Amino acid sequence: MIRWLAGLIGFGLAATSAFAAEPVLIGVGYLGVATTRSTLSLVEQPAENDGIAGARLAIEDNNTTGKFTGQRFALEERRIKEGEDVVQAATALADKNGFIIADLPADALLKVADALRDRGTLLFNAGAIDERLREADCRANVIHTAPTRAMLADALGQYLVWKKWSRWLLVVGSHDEDKLFADAIRRTATRFGAKIVQERTFEDKGGARRTDSGVTLIQRQMPVFTQQAPAYDVLVVADESEVFGGYLPYRTWDPRPVAGSAGLVPRSWDAAQDQWGAIQMQNRFVKLNSRRMTALDMQAWTAVRMIGEATSRTNSGDVKKVTDFIKGPDFSVAAFKGTRLTLRDWNLQLRQPILLVDGRMVVSVSPQEGFLHQVSELDTLGYDRPESKCKLK
Amino acid sequence: MQAEMSDVMRRSRSRDGAPPLPLAGEGWGEGISTKKTPLEEQALSRIASLDAMRPPPQAGEVKQARQQLQRIEERRPLHKLMLRLSLFGALALVAAPAHAFIAYVSNEKSNTVSVIDTDSWTVTKTIKVGQRPRGIDFTRDGKFVMVAVGDDDTIQVIDAKTQSVVDSLPSGPDPELFAQDAAGKILYVANENDNTVTVIDLEKRARLGDIQVGVEPEGMTISPDGKTLINTSETTNMAHFIDTSSRQIVANVLVDARPRFAEFKHDSSEVWVSSEIGGTVSIIDPKKHEVIGKVTFEIPGLRKEAIQPVGIGMTKDDKTAFIALGPANRIAVVDVASRKVTKYLLVGQRVWHMAFTPDEKYLLTTNGVSNDVSVIDIVAQKVIKTIQVGELPWGVTIAP
Repeated sequence: MIRWLAGLIGFGLAATSAFAAEPVLIGVGYLGVATTRSTLSLVEQPAENDGIAGARLAIEDNNTTGKFTGQRFALEERRIKEGEDVVQAATALADKNGFIIADLPADALLKVADALRDRGTLLFNAGAIDERLREADCRANVIHTAPTRAMLADALGQYLVWKKWSRWLLVVGSHDEDKLFADAIRRTATRFGAKIVQERTFEDKGGARRTDSGVTLIQRQMPVFTQQAPAYDVLVVADESEVFGGYLPYRTWDPRPVAGSAGLVPRSWDAAQDQWGAIQMQNRFVKLNSRRMTALDMQAWTAVRMIGEATSRTNSGDVKKVTDFIKGPDFSVAAFKGTRLTLRDWNLQLRQPILLVDGRMVVSVSPQEGFLHQVSELDTLGYDRPESKCKLK
Repeated sequence: MQAEMSDVMRRSRSRDGAPPLPLAGEGWGEGISTKKTPLEEQALSRIASLDAMRPPPQAGEVKQARQQLQRIEERRPLHKLMLRLSLFGALALVAAPAHAFIAYVSNEKSNTVSVIDTDSWTVTKTIKVGQRPRGIDFTRDGKFVMVAVGDDDTIQVIDAKTQSVVDSLPSGPDPELFAQDAAGKILYVANENDNTVTVIDLEKRARLGDIQVGVEPEGMTISPDGKTLINTSETTNMAHFIDTSSRQIVANVLVDARPRFAEFKHDSSEVWVSSEIGGTVSIIDPKKHEVIGKVTFEIPGLRKEAIQPVGIGMTKDDKTAFIALGPANRIAVVDVASRKVTKYLLVGQRVWHMAFTPDEKYLLTTNGVSNDVSVIDIVAQKVIKTIQVGELPWGVTIAP
């Protein structure tokens, strides 16, 4: 009983035996924001439990294994409302949980990482795709299961180049994150020898995403917006803010495919992914959450599975021991992507194949055939070791 | 050698003049030496250093070069092979044709089972079965073939005489692999979707019960004495040791990521468990329930992630094991005593499972992506034949 209590409140408790009478309790916190973003397509509107639903499934999976290893996993959720102090919430979570899965904007995540630095809490960034979190602003206590913009752009770019669609018309939204994604796309074009024939900016002038006669207007606007472009093979759109990207497919002046934030989209996961045994997990997810699995769900699932993998391998719930193992050379995790996933030791980014999806099907999976690398072909996606500015502290 | 090398490199760079890929059936016999000549090393590093940022307009070109290189590597000890062939060639190749067996191959995507005659090495019949056929095995009496059709949540029974589906068994949801006891009376089925092993009475066609195991149970095997059932769970990464009389788990052994298949040595001293994502085969002492060794694989010019061990076959004398390496497109030949790979045999693409002919003259492997079955001559350790079957061949069983 004492041990169970100690396990409940203390995250530093080490497992002494695989078959201890009382299981070792391993606490995992989930820290996210209360607001959900608005999408152009109603179908893509994220559920309120987007992300944590994946963590919940992984907790179940870990607990099935835990039955045999004498470990029990528990999940504690905390959502930050507008104006709430994220550091305070994170500190409260860290009191009870040695591991925290974070779905936070970059600045908030950095604040939390720095506040928890001396407590030994291990953070998993499951949501933010910002490059700087793995580059200049990288942190030694943050592991990234979310891919980066550069990884996503490279995954898409490799396919477009493989397809010999190498002349791109780049259309960029007017918000900061749109511009960051456009930066990543430009870098990809340079790396893989594609040509951006022209760039256009779509200004966000405000307005409602849902209107009763929206289609009529959009059908007139989009062809006009894309007319008189130089010859191009594919329109690449950077619209993370969901202002106009979804309006482009089938409405361009020239009959051209659309890719990027709409059309053919690079993602870490998709509800349509059924290869490499994924169907079993997709079924488990639907059974548990009564909806299909998103990329954010998968990124959170992977984070919790990484914890479970490390606790069973080390036969320990000790955060320090588990953290060292995850960061060590022997760590890998299976995540239904056809290959083992490992960490880039220079910035703690999870290497992973990226799916290219159209909303109904998985069209392809990058890295593409022929893109070689001396260490791992997965390192042809995103910033590689020699380019990295990260110094882990 | 030098001429051949540069020739290959040059040809593989040209867009149109690329030579055909090595065919699975060509089987160069001798394995790959891990020692590289300086020239080969140079060529390898040249391929490795080909800038990842370079646009590959000739998609697959580099891969082709790499395969050519492997082809050369595999050819190098040709003179040794010739010597070997001259020694027992008469025995192995000129011997009277073995007596014919019938092999059944499950084709996961085309929902069929291909029937192969091992005398003519041809497909003699294609049987329509339920959806997503995978695990396949003869009943002990050799009269029926059982095939797990996962998407129909059942195991279908094929009459070996009429070669048609005659019955189905009450498996749990999404059956994938199964094992039967020595008497052929009890069937244990791994149900991937609900973390259970279902126990079925084969005569009564009735479900006797379920055993809760880890996440995504897959590999199944029974100890030669029938007392222990081993089940591997893919996401829990364990081999569960189940007492067949009490149907309780007695031990759980952690192995590398995504364990797919388990195989006992015939003398019961070891269980071999393949880990698809971990890229190893763990050798477990079934008495102590401990991993006592591991088989590892290394194929020059092939990235580590492509080596994904799945199916295991062991000769009756327990001397040689054959391990299918999935997308590495090879079967590793392993010396069981030293646990070392002695040779890699190039077969078709994404090789998964295998079956010996009862006389152990041949080994048949299922190659999913190339939609064929490779036939390996066990004595010569050489691929002698490739047989086209249905789409995504998965498992294979041969009449006892």
